[in-house]
Amino acid sequence: MSAIGLKIPLPRSRHVLPGFSLSLGFTLFYLAGIVLIPLLALVIRPFELGWDGFWAAISTPRVLASLRLSFGMSAFAAVIDSVFGFIVAWVLVRYRFPGRGFLDAVIDLPFALPTAVAGIALSTLYAPNGWIGSLLVPYGIRIAYTPWGVLVAMIFIGLPFSVRTLEPVLGEIGQEVEEAAATLGATRVQTITKVVIPMLMPALLTGAAMAFARGVGEYGSVIFIAGNIPMVSEIAPLLIVTKLEQFDYAGAAAIGVVMLAASFIMLLALNGLQAWSASRR
Amino acid sequence: MKRLFSLLIAAGLLTGTAAQADVTLLNVSYDPTRELYKDLGAAFAASYKADKVTINTSNGGSGAQARAVIDGLQADILTLALAADIDAVSKNAGLLPGDWQKRLPDNSTPYTSTIVFLVRKGNPWKIKDWNDLVKQGIQVVTPNPKTSGGARWAYLAAWAYAEKTPGGNAQKAKAFVANLYKHVPVLDTGARGSTTTFTKRGIGDVLLSWENEAHLALKETPGQYEIVYPSHSILAEPPVAVVDKNVDRHKSRAAAEAFVKFLYTPAAQEIEAKDFYRPRNPEILAKYKSQFPNIPLATVDGDFGGWQKAQSTHFADGGIFDQIYQPGK
Repeated sequence: MSAIGLKIPLPRSRHVLPGFSLSLGFTLFYLAGIVLIPLLALVIRPFELGWDGFWAAISTPRVLASLRLSFGMSAFAAVIDSVFGFIVAWVLVRYRFPGRGFLDAVIDLPFALPTAVAGIALSTLYAPNGWIGSLLVPYGIRIAYTPWGVLVAMIFIGLPFSVRTLEPVLGEIGQEVEEAAATLGATRVQTITKVVIPMLMPALLTGAAMAFARGVGEYGSVIFIAGNIPMVSEIAPLLIVTKLEQFDYAGAAAIGVVMLAASFIMLLALNGLQAWSASRR
Repeated sequence: MKRLFSLLIAAGLLTGTAAQADVTLLNVSYDPTRELYKDLGAAFAASYKADKVTINTSNGGSGAQARAVIDGLQADILTLALAADIDAVSKNAGLLPGDWQKRLPDNSTPYTSTIVFLVRKGNPWKIKDWNDLVKQGIQVVTPNPKTSGGARWAYLAAWAYAEKTPGGNAQKAKAFVANLYKHVPVLDTGARGSTTTFTKRGIGDVLLSWENEAHLALKETPGQYEIVYPSHSILAEPPVAVVDKNVDRHKSRAAAEAFVKFLYTPAAQEIEAKDFYRPRNPEILAKYKSQFPNIPLATVDGDFGGWQKAQSTHFADGGIFDQIYQPGK
C-alpha cells in the first residue's frame, strides 16, 4: 500500500505528522474496494444491451415517469426537511426544556428503524382507515397509495440528515453574533436573513443533499405506502426490482446507471453550491 | 489438513453406508404455501424410511424466488406459482432440463388452485362476476403481475372471461382488462401484501385472490369476508420440480425425488385439500367438493398457448400489461 503512495511526488515537509503516504494508499485501496469496484460492475452491465438497447430500456414513458417521481419527490422532501430540520435543530440547540434529551434521541429513529417497518407504520397511519388518514378523508385528501405517500415516507427518512448536519454548526455560531447584529441596529428579520441563514447555508445544503440522496435510493419504506401504480406512484427503484424479477439484469442495471449518473451530477452541483456559499462569507 | 479431510470423507462414507443418513432438503416455494409445506414436510419425514429427512421451506414472491435460485440459492426442490418461473431457472441457470414439466404426472402439478373474489361481509356491492368489478366506484385489489405469480393468474382469468363472453374477442378482452386495472388503487408486489392491503388497511371492495388464500382469510377472521366464485376462472397449476444439478451436488436426489412423488399420494392429497388446494386425485377431490365449487376454468395451455407465449404477449416489457398503463392507449 505504501508503494502506491511513494510514487506520488509531493512535498513531504509540509506535514507535521508522518504517515501521509500510508494513509493515502489505504484510502485509495479502501475506496476502490468498497465503492468504485461495485459501481464499476453496475456500469459495465448495461453494455451488453448496446447503445440502442440501453436507450430503449430507459426511454419508455413508464421509466421516465418513475424517474421524475423519484427525483422530484426526493427534491421536494429535501426542501421540506431543510425547513423543518432547521426549526428542530434550532429548538434543540438554543433552548433547554424538560424532555429535550428524549426528543434529541427520537430524531435518530428513522436512521435506526428497518425501512420496511417504517413503511408499514406510515401506511397504517395514513391509510383511509388509519389514525391520520381517517381524519383527512372528509376533506377528500388521500395520502397513502398516492404520490403524496411517497413524499411522506421520504420526509420521514430524510429528517435526521438535515437536523444532524445543522446541529453542530448552530451550536458553534453562538448567540453573541446575533446580539452583535442587534446592537448594530439590525431588525430581527434582518438578523435571521442576513446573519444566521448565510452562516448556516453550507450545512443546510449538505443536509438537503444527504436527505435527497437517501430519498432517491429509498425502497423499503416507500413501496408500502406508494400504491405502486405505473405512471402515477411507481418509484424508479421499484422498476429496477420489477426488471430483476423478469430476469432482465441488464435492463435493471440500465435504470440503475441513469439514477447513479443523475444523483452524482446533482450532488456535485450541490457541493459546488455549498463551496460557493462558504467562500462568499 | 489433507489427511484430516480424507479421514472425514471416509467417516462420511462409512456412516452413510451403515445407517440412515441425515438429509436436509431446501424447498424454495412461493408466497402462500407456508402452511401447506409445513404440513406436507412433517408428513413426508414421518413416512420416508430410507433417510432421516428434514425439509426447510423458503417462501417469497414466485419470481423473486426463481431469481434467488438462479443467483445461487441451493434449492433441492422448486414449488413455484407458475411454470414460467421454473422455465426461467432452467433457461437462465441450466439447473434442470427444459422438459422438466414432463417428468411428473399432470404437468408436474400435484394440486391446482384457481382465482376467486374475496368481498367484505354481506357483499355490499352485490359482486357476482367479473363484469361487476368494472362498475362505477368499485375498487379492486390485486398485486402487480410483473412481480407476483398469483396476479398473473388473476390477469389471465379476467382476460379469459372477457374473451369467452358471447361476442368476446382479444380486442374486447384487452379493453376489459385495461378497464379492470383502472379500478386497482394499489399494486402490491406479492399476494400476501395485497391480502394485507385489503384486510388490514381496509382498501378496496374486492380482492382477486388465490382460492387457498381466500379460504385461509375466511378461516382466520370468520364472519368478516365472503368468497364469491365468478362464472368463469382459470385453472392455476403451481408446478413442482427437482433441481437436478443441486441435488446431485448435495447427494440428495433420492430423497428429493421421493418427496415430489409423495405429493401425489392419497395421504399428501388429503393434506393439500385440507389446506385448500384442489387435489388431483378425483376421489379426494370428490370428498372435499363442497369446498371447491365446480366452475368452468380456462387453461394456460389451451387458451393462451402455454406460459412462454402468455409471458411474452402479456407480461414482458412492452407487452399488453405495460400497454394498458401507457397514456393515450
